[in-house]
Amino acid sequence: MLSDRDRIFTNLYGQGDWGLEGAMARGAWDDTKALIDKGGDWIIEQMKASGLRGRGGAGFPTGLKWSFMPKESDGRPHYLVVNADESEPGTCKDREIMRHDPHLLIEGCVVAGFAMGAHTAFIYVRGEFIRERENLQAAVDQAYEAGLLGKNTKYGWDFDVIVHHGAGAYICGEETALLESLEGKKGMPRMKPPFPASVGVYGCPTTVNNVESIAVAPTILRRGAAWFAGLGRENNTGTKLFCVSGHVEQPCTVEEEMGITLRELIDRHCGGVRGGWDNLLAVIPGGASVPLIPASQCNDLNMDFDSLKELKSGLGTAAVIVMDKSTDIVRAISRLSYFYKHESCGQCTPCREGTGWMWRVLERMADGRAEKHEIDMLLNVTYQVEGHTICALGDAAAWPVQGLIRHFRGEIERRIDARLLGEPVMEAAE
Amino acid sequence: MAVRRLAADQPTTFAFSADNRAWAGREIAKYPEGRAASAVIALLWRVQEQEGWVSEPAIRVVAEMLDMPRIRVLEVATFYTMFQLQPVGRVAHVQVCGTTPCWLRGANDLKDVCRQRIHGDQHALSEDGRFSWEEVECLGACVNAPMIQIGADTFEDLDRGSFEAILDALADGRPVTPGPQTERMRAAPAGGLTSLLEVPEADTATEELPPTGSGDRPAGALDAPRGDADDLKKISGVGPKLEGILNDLGIFHYDQIAGWSPDTVAWVDEHLKFKGRIDREDWIGQAKVLAAGGETDFSRRASADSETD
Amino acid sequence: MSELRTVKVDGAEIDVPQDYTLLQACEAAGAEIPRFCFHERLSIAGNCRMCLIEVKGGPPKPVASCAMNVRDLRPGPEGAPPEMLTRSPMVRKAREGVMEFLLINHPLDCPICDQGGECDLQDQAMAYGVDGSRFHENKRAVEDKYIGPLVKTTMTRCIHCTRCIRFAAEVAGAPDLGATGRGEDMEITTYLEAAMGSELQGNVIDLCPVGALTSRPYEFHARPWELTKTESVDAMDAVGSAIRVDTRGREVMRILPRTNEDVNEEWISDKTRFIWDGLRTQRLDRPYVRRDGRLVAATWGEAFMNVAEAVGRSSGEKIAALAGPLAGVEEMYALRVLMERLGSPHFDSRPAGSVLAPKNGRASYLFNTTIAGIEAADAILIVGSNPRHEAAVLNARIRKHFRATNLPIALVGEVADLTYPAEHLGSGPQALDALLAGEGAFAGVLAEAKRPLVIVGQGALTRADGAAILSRAAALATNGERDEGWNGLCVLHDAASAVGGLDIGFVPGEGGLATAGIVAAAGRGDLDVVILLGEDDVDMSALGSAHVVYIGTHGDAGAHRADVILPAATYTEKSATYVNTEGRVQMTARAAFPPGEAREDWAVLRALSDSLSATLPFDDLNALRGQMYQAHPHLAAIDGIAAGDLADVRALAEAGGDIDPAPIANRIDDFYLTNPIARASAVMAECSALASSTLAAAAE
Repeated sequence: MLSDRDRIFTNLYGQGDWGLEGAMARGAWDDTKALIDKGGDWIIEQMKASGLRGRGGAGFPTGLKWSFMPKESDGRPHYLVVNADESEPGTCKDREIMRHDPHLLIEGCVVAGFAMGAHTAFIYVRGEFIRERENLQAAVDQAYEAGLLGKNTKYGWDFDVIVHHGAGAYICGEETALLESLEGKKGMPRMKPPFPASVGVYGCPTTVNNVESIAVAPTILRRGAAWFAGLGRENNTGTKLFCVSGHVEQPCTVEEEMGITLRELIDRHCGGVRGGWDNLLAVIPGGASVPLIPASQCNDLNMDFDSLKELKSGLGTAAVIVMDKSTDIVRAISRLSYFYKHESCGQCTPCREGTGWMWRVLERMADGRAEKHEIDMLLNVTYQVEGHTICALGDAAAWPVQGLIRHFRGEIERRIDARLLGEPVMEAAE
Repeated sequence: MAVRRLAADQPTTFAFSADNRAWAGREIAKYPEGRAASAVIALLWRVQEQEGWVSEPAIRVVAEMLDMPRIRVLEVATFYTMFQLQPVGRVAHVQVCGTTPCWLRGANDLKDVCRQRIHGDQHALSEDGRFSWEEVECLGACVNAPMIQIGADTFEDLDRGSFEAILDALADGRPVTPGPQTERMRAAPAGGLTSLLEVPEADTATEELPPTGSGDRPAGALDAPRGDADDLKKISGVGPKLEGILNDLGIFHYDQIAGWSPDTVAWVDEHLKFKGRIDREDWIGQAKVLAAGGETDFSRRASADSETD
Repeated sequence: MSELRTVKVDGAEIDVPQDYTLLQACEAAGAEIPRFCFHERLSIAGNCRMCLIEVKGGPPKPVASCAMNVRDLRPGPEGAPPEMLTRSPMVRKAREGVMEFLLINHPLDCPICDQGGECDLQDQAMAYGVDGSRFHENKRAVEDKYIGPLVKTTMTRCIHCTRCIRFAAEVAGAPDLGATGRGEDMEITTYLEAAMGSELQGNVIDLCPVGALTSRPYEFHARPWELTKTESVDAMDAVGSAIRVDTRGREVMRILPRTNEDVNEEWISDKTRFIWDGLRTQRLDRPYVRRDGRLVAATWGEAFMNVAEAVGRSSGEKIAALAGPLAGVEEMYALRVLMERLGSPHFDSRPAGSVLAPKNGRASYLFNTTIAGIEAADAILIVGSNPRHEAAVLNARIRKHFRATNLPIALVGEVADLTYPAEHLGSGPQALDALLAGEGAFAGVLAEAKRPLVIVGQGALTRADGAAILSRAAALATNGERDEGWNGLCVLHDAASAVGGLDIGFVPGEGGLATAGIVAAAGRGDLDVVILLGEDDVDMSALGSAHVVYIGTHGDAGAHRADVILPAATYTEKSATYVNTEGRVQMTARAAFPPGEAREDWAVLRALSDSLSATLPFDDLNALRGQMYQAHPHLAAIDGIAAGDLADVRALAEAGGDIDPAPIANRIDDFYLTNPIARASAVMAECSALASSTLAAAAE
C-alpha cells in the first residue's frame, strides 16, 4: 500500500484548509521560482522521465504532449487548457482536487504553462461543479493576491488563470469539443488534424490536460521524476486517484499506487465487496467507457494501463464501478448506453444514429424482448460505430456493449429464452 | 434526452439586474478581444440564476450583448442540458443522478420519491409550483451515490428517508445541510480514513497565526448590531437557531461574515462544531452577495416562498 | 498552387498538390468518393462519415477523406508514397455502416418526395445500401419547420449534414439557420422559425443532399425525369448567371443553377430561381389595340396596321423608342436599325439620367476586373450601390473574398447590410473628393492598394452629377501604383440589357433624345409615337398623348399605357444575346415557346418593319446576327469578354466636373420586383411583402 508520505493529495478529503495557507503548509507553492528557473526544457524532460501518463482517460504521456507545443511563438499566444469537465460516469476525483486542494492545480498550471510558453490557462470546469468552481475561483483569487498569479509574479513569469465553466454536456470532456465550448459554441468535437498543439483555442497553439495530470506536476518536479517513476511499474508509474463506486461496503476516492490489485484496493479502502469478494459479478475498471471485466478475471488484477488493456478493457480514469451478483447487468449497461445516447453531440452519423439504436436494442434485451440473432446484430452495430466517428465518444459508447456481449452473452440469451417460456426474466433485484 | 424546445409561454422581456449587468461586463472582459462569445455559457447561466430558467427574450438579450446571431445562442441554450428552458420549482429543482453508479445504489428510489412528491413527469411543476425535478446524467459524485443536486449544492449518500427529509425541510423553509447525508467525511470511506492518517500537522502549528478571536468572540465581533441586524437566515444553512448563536457571538451583519478570514472561519467552525459547513455552504460567498444588496438562489427562494406562503 | 506530392490511390501513383484533401486526391486519381456533408464551396464539416477511406500505415480505422490534407499524410515505410485505398473491405464495411445509420431514421417516402430521382441518398443507397433493414425500433419523426416561403422543409428526412447551415453562415452571410438540441434530437431550424433573410436562400435546396429542404413553389409539381432540361442564361440582373431551365411541355417548371466559375460559381439568386411562376401569369399572348379607350384583342395585321397609321401620320424625328431591362441584344439591334430607317435619332436603353455612353469606350461602363477578378482585389470601394440587391450572386463573391482575406471595404452612399462589414465614408459624392484629397484612413488603403476595386452603381450614375462621380471613381481606381494591367473601375449594372444596349449603341443618335428627354418630349406633345421594347420603368402617365407601341411579354405598366400591344417572348422562350456587367457575351436558349400568338421580339420587329415600309434587311435570326456581328464583332465571341481599354478610364478620370453633395440613393429598393416577370410572380410578391414587413419590424 502506498505510504502517506508518497501521497500527493494530502487534503483529499478536505480535512484541512483548502485555501492558500493550508496548501502552503502542505508544501504547495514552495519555491516555485526554483522550478521555473530550471527552464521549460528541464520541466518537460522531468515530466517525461516521471512516466506520467495523462489522467483523463486516454493515458497519453504528459511530458510528450507538452513537448508538442511550438518551441517559439509565431506571434500567436500559447494556451494551457485544463480539462475539469469531469463527467465520465464513475469518476469523481478532480472534484476533490478542486474543492480540497485547488492550489495544487493552480501551481501545476503555472509550471505546465511556463514549460509550454503559455501565459494564460483556462480551466474548464463542468457546469454542475458549482461549489468546486467557487472554491477554485477563490483559490485563484488568493493566488492573485499573493502575487502567485498575474503580472510580476514571485517566480518571474506572467501568468493568468481563468476559470471557465460548462453547462451540462459530457462531450465537452473531449478536448476539441471543450475548445469549441470555450469559444462559445456547441461542444462539437473538431476534426483532427490540425491538433490543438498547432490550432487550438482561438486558433492558437493549445495543450489540453486533465486536472489530475496538471495537479501532480509540481510535486513530481519537487520530489523528482525518479521518485514518481519508482512507484508502480514501467510505463505505468506513479500514484493515481481511484474512485470506487457501486456495490462495495464503503465507496470512496483514494490515492493509491498505480498497479495496486483490484482486490487490495477494494478490501483495504472500501470495506470489501458488498456480501464478500465471492459476491462480485463484474467491475467496470476505468469509468463508463471501458468494457466491463467479469469477476472471474478480477482476482490478482493489477489496476494499471497495460494490465487492463490486456483484458481488452482499460484503466481510463481509474473509476471502478463494482457490481455484485444482485446486479441486473444488462440493465446496468443499457443505462450506460442511455447515457451515451443522451450525451452524443449529434454531429456525426454513426454516433448520432448508433447510440440510440444500441440503447433501444439493449432495453429490449434487458426485458428479453429480442431475438438471439439480434445479439450478433447489436455487436455488429457497435463495430460500425467504433472507429467511424469524429471523436472517441462513439468508441466509448460501443465498448461497454461489446464488453457485455463478450462476457454476458449467456445472460442475454437466458432472458430471451425465459421470456419465450413465460418465466420471470429477472428476479426481483435492486 | 428529449427534444429541447423553448417553452410555449414566454415573458415579453428580460433584463439583467444592474449588478448582473456589471458582472457580465467583467465576465466578457476575461476573454481576448473579439472573443466575447466565450462568455455565452456564463451569461446564460447568470440568466438562469437570476430568473430560474432561460427565456426566449433572455436569449435575445444575451445574443445582443455578445454580438452573436440569435440562432447561435439558441443552439447553445438547447445543447447544454443544465439550461432550463421552462420555469422550475420556486423552492427547488431537484436533479436526480440516474446514471449507472447512482442507479446501482438506489437512484430509482429517489426518482420514485420525486414522482410521488413532486410530479409524475420530469420538468413539470408540483401542484403548488414550488418543486420540480428531472433525471440527469452522472453528476460526478459517484463514490457518494446516490445523490441529487439542488441549485449549487449536492446532497449525497441518500436513501429514500434522507431524501424525503431534505424535501420536508425545504418545503418547511428549514435549513438543509449539503454533502453526505450520513456520518461520513465527504469522499472518504464511511468507516473512517484508510489513508492520510499520518499526515504531519506540525509544520503549521509552529507558525505564528494572527489573532482570530479573543476569548469567546470571533474577530470583528460587535457588541450590538449597527442599527437593525441583517436577516442571517437568508444565508443558506443558517436557520433561526444558528442565527441566535451567531448573534450571541456578536455577528449581526452580512458584511461581518463576508469579511471573515480563513482563520476566523476556522475559529467559528471549531467553536460551534460546524464541521466545515461554513466553507461547504459558502457562507462567505453568500454573505458577500447579500452584503452588496444582491440575492442568492436561496435567499430569493426563501423570500419568494415567504411571500406566497 | 502548393508543391506536388506523390501518393498512391488504389495502387496507382499520382502527383497531387499538398493542400488537396484526400477526397480530392482520390478523385484526381479517378476514384469515386461518396459524400453528403462535403461541398467544395463550404467549410469542411466531416460529419456524414460517408467519404471514409483507408490510409495504409495509419491507425487501424478509416479516415474521413474530406477532412484530411495530403500534406498531413505520413510517408510510407522507407519514404514510399503514402497509400490510400478507396475500395478495400474496410472502406466498404465502413460506408455500408454509415449508409445503414443514415437510413434507419430516414423515412422511406421516396415516392412522395420531391427529391426523388435526384437524391444523393437514393443514389448512394444503390451503391452502399442493403436490401433489408435490421432496425426494428420506431423511426424518429421530426416536426417540420417554417423557414420561409421559398424553402419547404420535411425535417424527418434530414441527415444532419449541415450544408444548409454552413451555406447560410458562410456564403449567404445571413446566419439564420442553426442546429438546436443535440444527439439524435438535433434539429435544423431558424430562430423561432422566422423566414430566412437571404436573397440566396434557394441554394440550400440544391445543397440539401436529401429531400429535407425542397422548393416550396415547385412542391409536387413534377418529377425530375419528366422534365426537359435546357441550359441557358439568367436575365434577372446584369450578372448573367448560368441556369438550367426545366420544362414540361410548354411550361417552365423550375429554374436551377449551372456551374460557371467565372460568373455565378454554382449559386443563383432567389429571383433567378423562383421567377418562373411569373412566366405564366399576366402574359400578353395576343396583340391588342386600344379602341375607344379600351384595349381589345386584335390580329397581328390589325395591330401592325394601327402602328403603321400612327407612324404614317408622323415623321422620323417625332418617333422614339425605349428598351427595357430584359431586352436581348438582337431585338435592340433590330429596333435600332428600324429607328434609323424611320429617320429617328431618339432611342435609348439606359435608365433615365444615365451618364454612361459608348463614346467613352467600353471600359467606361464595364465591371472591368470581371467577377472572378473580385478575388484578386486588395481593397474595395462601393459607390452608390447595394450589390446585395443589384447583383446578389456577385455580392456573394465579394463576401467570399472578404472571408478569405479580410480585405478593407468602404461604402459611399446608402448604408445597408451587405453581409460583410463596409466602412461608411459618407452618403454624398463629396466623400470621393475627400478620398482623392487623401483624407481618412481608407484613402491611404486605396492609395496603397495594388488591385483596388471601385464599384459604381446605377444610383450614382443616374444623377445630374453622375459623370462627375464616374470621373472621380475612375480617378480613385487608377491613381497610384497599380499592378500592371489592373483596371479597377467596376460599373455595376442592374439590368440584363444594359451593357448590350451600350455595346450596340442603343443610345440617342445625333440630336437624339435620351430616356428622360423622350418621356418629357412625349409629355409636351413633341413626339407622336413611342415604342416601348419591354420598357415599363418610365413614368407612363408622363407620356402625354403619344401613340405608345408596347412590345413585350407582360401586362405591366407599359402594356397598360399602350395604344397597341405586340406580344413577345421572355428570355426563356427565345435565343437571345445578353452581355453581362463584365461585358461577357452570353446567349439564352429557347426552353419553351411563347404563349398563344406571341412571337420572338426580333421577329415581331421584322414583321412590323414590313408594315412600316421600312423592311429590316434580314429574314432570319442568323442573318440578323451576321449583320450585328459585322458591326460589333466582339458579340460573336460567345462567353468571351472584349476587355475595355485602361486608357479610357484614365481619360474619364481627367474629365472631372462638379458634384452635388446630396446623398446618393440606390436605384433598387425592392430586390424582388425589379422587372415585369418578377412583378407577375406571386412568389416574388410574397417575398417582397415578407421583406418589407421584416424591415418594418426591424425599424421599430
